[in-house]
Amino acid sequence: MTVPRELDQRFRDAAVHAGLLDAAYDVIESPVGPLLVATTDRGVLRISYVNGFEPEATLEDIARVAGKRVLRASRAVDDARHELDEYFTGSREQFDLTVDLRGQPAFGVIVLGELAKVPYGETATYGELAARAGSPKAARAVGMVMNRNPIPIVLPCHRIVGASGKLVGYAGGLDRKEQLLRLEGAML
Amino acid sequence: MMAFVATIPPFETFYAEHAGEVLALLRRRLGRDRADDAFQETFLRALRAYDRLRHGEHLRAWVLTIAARVAIDAHRRAGEPADVLPELPTEDGRPAYEDLAFLTDTLPPTERAAVVLRYGYDLDYDQIAAVLESSVDAARQAASSGVRRLRRRIT
Repeated sequence: MTVPRELDQRFRDAAVHAGLLDAAYDVIESPVGPLLVATTDRGVLRISYVNGFEPEATLEDIARVAGKRVLRASRAVDDARHELDEYFTGSREQFDLTVDLRGQPAFGVIVLGELAKVPYGETATYGELAARAGSPKAARAVGMVMNRNPIPIVLPCHRIVGASGKLVGYAGGLDRKEQLLRLEGAML
Repeated sequence: MMAFVATIPPFETFYAEHAGEVLALLRRRLGRDRADDAFQETFLRALRAYDRLRHGEHLRAWVLTIAARVAIDAHRRAGEPADVLPELPTEDGRPAYEDLAFLTDTLPPTERAAVVLRYGYDLDYDQIAAVLESSVDAARQAASSGVRRLRRRIT
């Protein structure tokens, strides 16, 4: 039996309202395709490009970090959706969202912290970011951190480019990286 | 021998898998109108207990039993008589409640649920407590006094 939409929605809202969830998520539309956005009481935990796949693996990953009580609940991601919408329409250059970096290794947390400071519309190289994180020789390790960035867009790994200025790589695909940089008016 | 123990899926996966069947059971028990509130209550109860689960075995039996309990509570509030156990087909390789019915029919509702979930479905007392909305100790006690009562009857 299919559960009527309103009844389903009512339960999901009630679960959020009762504070019973370890993490809530929703899939939101964006100019770079659908994004799965997951939040906890600490902040945004994950943003992932859905790419048409069932998000099962992402849910397992969220449950490992935050706890098993993971539920799709649009209401819980309202703040994140709102700020992302503003970002994509060009009316927001900085996110006020907090992030939940549980489960990230210590080096990753430092690098992602520095990454968050790279301004809108500007780029930095992997080597520069490594130096800012206090490990100037760790450009390659920084590349790995970018590749596994749990919260792309909000933590702007698209602003990190190769030493020659070439875009080099992006976990969500180079097209998206270019699209995000053009949106921000970065010189390419 | 190492037994394969099912892991506990993210709640979304569990909910998506069982929501339809839970709603169907509640509509049979309570009718369409009252089933909606009971549906929400069932999954909120499951959510409250979910992080205390230790394995993912028999989650279907677990949630259907919660639903049956919620239906009983609704009947009680309305001053109507109610049965305690849901009809469960045997597809997950465990005896259906009916198979234990001849033994447990005469037990008080709470003891009956505890005995069937413990011995029919091999759930642990954490899970049974969640279904009964009681402490783990109370769940253990309900099962053991149910068994004692059955023994007295059989011998």
